[in-house]
Amino acid sequence: MQMSNRTKNIIVPIIAVLLGILVGTIIMLITGYDPVAAFGALWNGAFGDSYFTGETIRQITPYILAGLAVAFAFRTGLFNIGVEGQLIVGWLAAVWVGVAFELPKVIHLPLAVLAGAAAGALWAFIPGLLKARFRVHEVIVTIMMNYVALHVTNYIIRSVLAESSDRTELVHQSASLRSPFFESLTDYSRLHWGIFIALICVFIMWFILEKTSRGYELKAVGFNQHASEYAGMNVKSNIIMSMVISGAFAGLAGAMEGLGTFGYAATKGGFTGVGFDGIAVALLGANGPIGIILAAILFGSLKVGALNMPLEAGVPNELVDIIIALIVFFVAASYMIRMFIDRISKKGVK
Amino acid sequence: MEYVIEMLNIRKEFPGIVANDNITLQLKQGEIHALLGENGAGKSTLMNVLFGLYQPEKGEIKVNGKPVQITNPNIANELGIGMVHQHFMLVDKFTVTENIILGKETTSGGRIDIKKAEKDVREISEKYGLAVDPQAYISDISVGMQQRVEILKTLYRGAEILIFDEPTAVLTPQEIKELIQIMKTLIKEGKSIILITHKLKEIMEVCDRVTVIRKGVGIGTVNVSETNPNDLASLMVGREVTFKTEKTEAKPEQGVLEIKSLNVKDSRGLPAVNNLNLEVKAGEIVGIAGVDGNGQSELIEAITGLRKSESGSIKLNGKEIINMPPRKVTEAGTGHIPQDRHKHGLVLDYPIGANIALQTYYKRPFSKGGVLNYKEIYKKAKSLIKEYDVRTPSEYTLARALSGGNQQKAIIGREIDRNPDLLIAAQPTRGLDVGAIEFIHKRLIEQRDNGKAVLLISFELDEIINVSDKIAVIYEGEIVAIVDPKTTTEQELGLLMAGSNQKKEGVQHADV
Repeated sequence: MQMSNRTKNIIVPIIAVLLGILVGTIIMLITGYDPVAAFGALWNGAFGDSYFTGETIRQITPYILAGLAVAFAFRTGLFNIGVEGQLIVGWLAAVWVGVAFELPKVIHLPLAVLAGAAAGALWAFIPGLLKARFRVHEVIVTIMMNYVALHVTNYIIRSVLAESSDRTELVHQSASLRSPFFESLTDYSRLHWGIFIALICVFIMWFILEKTSRGYELKAVGFNQHASEYAGMNVKSNIIMSMVISGAFAGLAGAMEGLGTFGYAATKGGFTGVGFDGIAVALLGANGPIGIILAAILFGSLKVGALNMPLEAGVPNELVDIIIALIVFFVAASYMIRMFIDRISKKGVK
Repeated sequence: MEYVIEMLNIRKEFPGIVANDNITLQLKQGEIHALLGENGAGKSTLMNVLFGLYQPEKGEIKVNGKPVQITNPNIANELGIGMVHQHFMLVDKFTVTENIILGKETTSGGRIDIKKAEKDVREISEKYGLAVDPQAYISDISVGMQQRVEILKTLYRGAEILIFDEPTAVLTPQEIKELIQIMKTLIKEGKSIILITHKLKEIMEVCDRVTVIRKGVGIGTVNVSETNPNDLASLMVGREVTFKTEKTEAKPEQGVLEIKSLNVKDSRGLPAVNNLNLEVKAGEIVGIAGVDGNGQSELIEAITGLRKSESGSIKLNGKEIINMPPRKVTEAGTGHIPQDRHKHGLVLDYPIGANIALQTYYKRPFSKGGVLNYKEIYKKAKSLIKEYDVRTPSEYTLARALSGGNQQKAIIGREIDRNPDLLIAAQPTRGLDVGAIEFIHKRLIEQRDNGKAVLLISFELDEIINVSDKIAVIYEGEIVAIVDPKTTTEQELGLLMAGSNQKKEGVQHADV
């Protein structure tokens, strides 16, 4: 039986994950660590008790949104490598609104969240515009915009928002995503309401791409600009729109961190990494809504669970970064896995 | 040994379909043997079996009388079988010589002896009359010359039997003449040729024998000297085919498209359309005859809004549409069957059903408040697929998976169904078989009879003469003459298209 493409799209990432874990095990054996204890610690660190589970879900939230940002651009023919920068400006903008105003919660919280989305959208608008108007490749611009975002936000925090401290005040209660209910449920983890925003965004991405005429245009422009132009679509505005929507998702990821996880914005010595991991999440999730959720769960669990590995098993948590890197490697090399599956299923016929 | 290749009772199955059933093809030494069939009849499958890309389920292949197993193209090459592909397999950034020796490089100490290779290429090209410049880059040479490079590639590898896969589909009439000459030279030098085609004229002109297949089944082999185009067409299609397109006298009414002193530049910024004047009336088909590259593409792009015009006027139903965005032009009442269906006509990675909505997706009932109603879209697609006989497993199949003819029928269905006042058909039958061509011509004439204006652009003079009510000859971006298809001849058109004879008697000059 030839496997359908759909089944293959599900099986290939699973095999990639298993291969990543397998090679990680081999590395641990070579370097003299106990893989069973290490993976046990990883599991306990991610789901061992309600606190860890809460932290894991908290970590999944920005991963989903960053994954959506990358996937949305990719589905419409663009590579948004600037999710990290859009996330950082979204973070700052959300916190800024959260600190600067005092409003009733029903207005303040949505306003702060939307400010994050708008800032990310604006940050992505620039590469979109440059691509549409002057055919500047978005990969170059978005990478550079990441650095601009990092240093500009640091400057603003230091000299405008925090008066020579390295972090802002906490956002007002009326703009916070924190949830006493979740905190009591998960033994005072930082789990907040943001997970629902992320899940709503998954639906929004699916709806835009699969159900609206805008999504039809965005995808058509991604596939074939000439035919889109022939059909009367505005190619330039669609390219910009795609980047803007992608950037809005990324900005929301930042807002989740600013209004939920931390409650403030601080100067950063380097990138958060969430935006870049978003590329891996999208890749592993095959750029589909359900796939992104599953991939974000995997990455969130690995990231949070890893923190427990040095404590419980004496394994350096950098090993988890290696395993994540291996998984990404095997997904990227999925052609190899596909070929292998094809060969096996062909043999099965004969 | 009479036959150099014998393919006996070949059967090849794919999941769900039998692509070849009991086909026999025997190639004599030194003959040009045509393999004739409609789009999707199984010609390419049969040749891929011969070339080792597919393994047949049943049947036998003999080369020079000896049974052989051709399990991959390398074996085919060793047996002296060479294939000239329809879509050229050339590296653009390599020179002619580098492309020809690719995979067969003669090296000395790890270095390619390019001097010797160039000498070899020159020798072969002179022997067979295949004029090429061994040092030219592929990206700089014409399509006809690229094809000669493909032929040289097979000869360089010592091919005795050459398979030409629809070689004339991409060529201009002049290049076709040259190719036919080349094929004759090859035969003189002792090669044998299988010519895959659905163009009957070419078969009558160069081939010795012809094997016909229809819907995957071998119909038989006939001597070209004992047959005629009509018989061949009925053998291929399985019913009577009319070549002279049946149509009544045109009843032209008011002008629909009026172009006055239009100037358009090409992509390099050079003038492509110069002070062009043209009128297309309701109820008539105006054909534009001309050699490729005389401003036809730029003219269409200017009318449809895909290219900026420098100056002039384009009126549709009396309304100025020059330099309007494509959607405005479309909504003003134009339909456009584009010249390049893959580039402009389709989003290949969309299902064929979604492609049928490409011009209307944003309108009711397909879209309401920005939300698409895919049920309506696919319902519409299904009915058009049926009406225009688009052969596809379903309306959800990706456009990429359909054959060229079926892709084209879907585009034509989409454009005609909107019932535009002006239908622009650019090379609507390029690469299609006679059955499909007949169908498309009928549809164009039907539009005309419904009182619509049709502008036809084609490089096939037969098509222009058969279908048009009026022929406008374009030369260097100008309409140099308007002639009556009933009284003109191919010779006269050829001269006009070459720009050599503008003052011929009986030719009404275009001074609109």
